[in-house]
Amino acid sequence: MTYPEQFKYTKEHEWVSIEGDTGTIGITFHAQQELGDIVYVDLPKTGTSVDVGQSFGSVESVKAVSDIYSPLAGEVVEVNSLLSESPEKLNEDPHGAAWLVKVRLSSPVDAALMSAADYQAYIGE
Amino acid sequence: MSHPAVLKQTPLNAEHRTLGARMVDFGGWDMPVQYTGIIDEHNTVRTAVGMFDVSHMGEIEVKGPEALSLVNHVSTNNAAKLAVGQVHYAGLLYAHGGFVDDILVHKVAEDHYFLCVNASNQDKDYEHIASNNRWNCVVENNGDRYAQIAVQGPHALETLQKLTKTDLSAIRYYWFKDGEVSGEPARIARTGYTGEDGFEIYVAPDRAAARWSELLDAGREFGIKPIGLGARNTLRMEAGMALYGHEIDASISPLEAGLQWIVKFDKGDFLGKAPLEKQKSEGLKRKLIGFEMRGRGIGRDGYEVRVAGEPAGWVTSGGPAPTLNKNIGMCYLPIDKAQPGLSIEVMVRNQPVEAVTIPIPFYKRVK
Repeated sequence: MTYPEQFKYTKEHEWVSIEGDTGTIGITFHAQQELGDIVYVDLPKTGTSVDVGQSFGSVESVKAVSDIYSPLAGEVVEVNSLLSESPEKLNEDPHGAAWLVKVRLSSPVDAALMSAADYQAYIGE
Repeated sequence: MSHPAVLKQTPLNAEHRTLGARMVDFGGWDMPVQYTGIIDEHNTVRTAVGMFDVSHMGEIEVKGPEALSLVNHVSTNNAAKLAVGQVHYAGLLYAHGGFVDDILVHKVAEDHYFLCVNASNQDKDYEHIASNNRWNCVVENNGDRYAQIAVQGPHALETLQKLTKTDLSAIRYYWFKDGEVSGEPARIARTGYTGEDGFEIYVAPDRAAARWSELLDAGREFGIKPIGLGARNTLRMEAGMALYGHEIDASISPLEAGLQWIVKFDKGDFLGKAPLEKQKSEGLKRKLIGFEMRGRGIGRDGYEVRVAGEPAGWVTSGGPAPTLNKNIGMCYLPIDKAQPGLSIEVMVRNQPVEAVTIPIPFYKRVK
């Protein structure tokens, strides 16, 4: 699997992509693979404030529920409506169409986030 | 719950790894939770045929002239009604009426019963049965002497029949035959934990890998797949079958769990009979009932259930039902509320989500 070079990654298997003052958050290919068939995605409403390390939603597979932790601080400005009707898209395109939320940044991005190469080493690929 | 540092392995461990299974610690056993994906595996069993390694299950054998007396003392069903070659489901109860385990009783001979028990309960079950052995029976904890493979689904019979001269169509549901598979001894039972037709075969551990690969080959034309514990759970949940540690445990009686059909009060004395009779005459306080989620969210094991805003019970098993395309579950509720058609709320991550009670089972195959 390829992990986009322009993304940054967390140890909790989220990715972020920064464009200007907005960050997009998703979960990684590895995360969806570990979860298995995803059947439900619980996301915050637009306007919700999120903080670094805070759980802002959950992804449920047939077997289990996993929290999603925000790698960014700011306000949710857009929620991916695709996932409420088609949560399985998260298995199919986790780095693309199945992004979770977009956040308007209130503080600089945490320098501790991993590069694609570091993340792949972290998950042992 | 503490686990030994080294997980126990079934004789098929290497096969699972070769097939790319995701392995998990299941009650101290290194077991496959999924191969291709839980939903795909679930659908394969409902529409074609799947095979499961259930070698972790325990086998306890009770032998001797008075084997029936011991079996009937420790279990709730009436083993006196079993013919040789017949199987039934039963509760193994403590004297207080709660479950030690749920078991399958196979009558091998007048003086020989073969009990299939849950993996993580086998030592406890053995101690329990042995400590109640007032009839000088031989009680053997034989989990290590059997591997077990379940073949389940509409094409299970055709798949297994390719490997045996034993006439499988002559084995009725909940009967078994000591026959052969690929010319080697096998106990072939028409039982299962999926709600589908199928067989569970017991073979020598050192022959399990050979049987496994033969079954994969034999079932290829029907689309056979190996099935992990994840789909085993969704399949049994749809079929409304109890899982020890969820619907039943030491604090739950068979009457509360909706298993009165395995309690035979007229068979004479047995462990747990008096408290169950008392419970029956006084009336149950709580009962197991199914539910279906109406709001967005999935009820999971252990979640609180509320009725009209007040805490009322808990979810024993819950999750997506792939065949029904709904989120379902089972829960305990006070007896006056354990009726189909009641609006309830399942507390999903501290938020009430609407659900409605429905009867169990959720799925019945068309015969």
